[in-house]
Amino acid sequence: MKPVKNAFRAMLAFAALLSANLVHAAESAVAAVVPTVIVAPAEPPLNWHAIVMFLIFVAITLVITYWAATRTKNATDFYAAGRGITGLQNGMAIAGDYMSAASFLGIAALVYMNGFYGLIFSVGWLVGWPIILFLIAERLRNLGKYTYGDVVSFRLSQGPVRTMAAIGSLIVVIWYLIGQAVGAGQLLHTLVPQMSYQLSIVIVGALIITYVTFGGMKATTWVQIIKAGLLLGGATLMAIGVMAHEGFSFAKLFNDAVAAHPKHLEIMKSVVPIGAKANPIESISLGLTLMFGTAGLPHILMRFFTVTDSKAARKSVLYGTCFIGFFYILTFIIGFGAIVLVANNPEYVADISKSVLNLKGGGSMPAVYLSHALGGNLFLGFIAAVAFATILAVVSGLTLAGASALSHDIYARVIMKGKATEKQEVWVSKMSVIGLGILAIFLGIAFEKQNVAYIVALTFSIAACTNFPILVLSIFWRGLTTRGAVLGGYTGIFGSIGLLIIGPTVWTKVLNMGPAIFPYDFPTFVVLPAVLVVAYIASVTDSSESGKKEQAAYDAQMVRAETGLGSEVGASH
Amino acid sequence: MSELITAKILKNPKYMQLVKQRDTFAWTLAAIVCVMYFGFILMIAFAPGFLTQPIAADSVIPLGMLLGVGVIVVSCILTGVYVYRANQTFDPIVNEIVREASK
Repeated sequence: MKPVKNAFRAMLAFAALLSANLVHAAESAVAAVVPTVIVAPAEPPLNWHAIVMFLIFVAITLVITYWAATRTKNATDFYAAGRGITGLQNGMAIAGDYMSAASFLGIAALVYMNGFYGLIFSVGWLVGWPIILFLIAERLRNLGKYTYGDVVSFRLSQGPVRTMAAIGSLIVVIWYLIGQAVGAGQLLHTLVPQMSYQLSIVIVGALIITYVTFGGMKATTWVQIIKAGLLLGGATLMAIGVMAHEGFSFAKLFNDAVAAHPKHLEIMKSVVPIGAKANPIESISLGLTLMFGTAGLPHILMRFFTVTDSKAARKSVLYGTCFIGFFYILTFIIGFGAIVLVANNPEYVADISKSVLNLKGGGSMPAVYLSHALGGNLFLGFIAAVAFATILAVVSGLTLAGASALSHDIYARVIMKGKATEKQEVWVSKMSVIGLGILAIFLGIAFEKQNVAYIVALTFSIAACTNFPILVLSIFWRGLTTRGAVLGGYTGIFGSIGLLIIGPTVWTKVLNMGPAIFPYDFPTFVVLPAVLVVAYIASVTDSSESGKKEQAAYDAQMVRAETGLGSEVGASH
Repeated sequence: MSELITAKILKNPKYMQLVKQRDTFAWTLAAIVCVMYFGFILMIAFAPGFLTQPIAADSVIPLGMLLGVGVIVVSCILTGVYVYRANQTFDPIVNEIVREASK
């Protein structure tokens, strides 16, 4: 481990040197460009703070990718970073994988618009983590190799179960990718208007293809670790800035926010989006979706295969949960800070005569403008670069998870039935990364004008209704057979997609088909119980020989899950 | 892993005891988190007035804000509790079971 560490330090020092030079180069380049910008008065000034910091981050991550590529020799390196990631490193990477731009900019924006309501998301997105720790993390590490499909198909029939697991993973991954790509395009284009929406997405796509194809899970992990450090650091600075402005008094912060927000005290009184009607069933379904969706995200589950053993898996959730919990409390402060410092400010508000809340550049901007209000262009540039880093880190993790479902589950196990060589499998995986990256670019461009808010609902609903219940049943219920897992899994996939399509977000808002047939945004409260019932009935009525064998194989699976005997060996230190 | 070792472990009463003890512990903690969180969610659904009452007469801060932050903090603490107990209590038992079976 020592020589690697030293080499890494040397690389970092080199990267710092490189980026210092880059700053100078970029500054002089920008200086050369600026006069032409001034000539065209309609063009806003170039946000060179942001660009320089993007470039520094990109330079560092490319150096890391190069380092990781020289150390990625086999499939375990590529998919699971050689199983040499420590608990603390994985905790940071989990935080980096999970805290998306949607949760950073999104929760801050929800709080900015609706006050207290935003906290429900912070709480819901955190409570999945203890559940992952208590029930899933260690057993997943003990049973699986590279994908969550490994675990659910451990004692079941490989072909049908892996196909179902891979479809569930891919749907979540691809939709999540669209959401991230559209967010990246909008954000970069708003921050640096000289860069078009399309170009922004192409840059993001090209970078993640580079990271993941060359550096695999090692590069992905370190991009996520660095991003988590930047995001936690940036959010902490912002929260401290807000509190300093408010004399370090929460009472003053909330009083000022109530005074500044056009809805005043309603921001402390509303448990639904302001203006929406209270809907108990919707609240419950949202709660279920947020909690169990987290525990079913394939790119999150995949992180547990990178650590040395189940003990490291366990520790990594503790670190990850603390980082994420801390971060969500910060986003709450940031959202209220934005009400005080960003709303009513003509510099940021689109048309102050119409609304004092609606911002230039759209709904996700409160946190970005808050950084400008607190620390000027320099801090805005930093936070913009952090948001960019966030998108890259999440998209890398997603792409790798999607590619592993295609190569490890579908290609190696379903099509080649385990006869593919490791080299072939990794090659297919890299091609899948390139394919998914290009697909994300095209879909991101195609969805530019679409409302992407429903995408979070879609991905979390499928994860909560398919991946999570089937995973838990396969680990804890002896009675589960292939028939139960497959029928239950497809009930989750088609049930959640079907109800989302005939629900308000897609039917009414996207398709403009009038009142929704299914009146709830989140279908989890119907589909999750349905999946459990279908999986149960299909398993207990399964009297096939293979079904009996699968149930009998539970004992051996359980011994491995509980003791780690026979599990994939981690890298030694 | 050989079937022989698996069979040995399955016959070891320590293994059954470990599984029972650890599963009870893990599911109890999971239940605490669920009760806490769904308690919060059910209050949002059916008793929003309780959550939105101010914590003091002269304050705008709603009680639900403290409870929400409390759910986050307690969740973090419970993960710590689980990791501590697993490291201290369960890991040594697992190692012992594996050692005995591998003899």
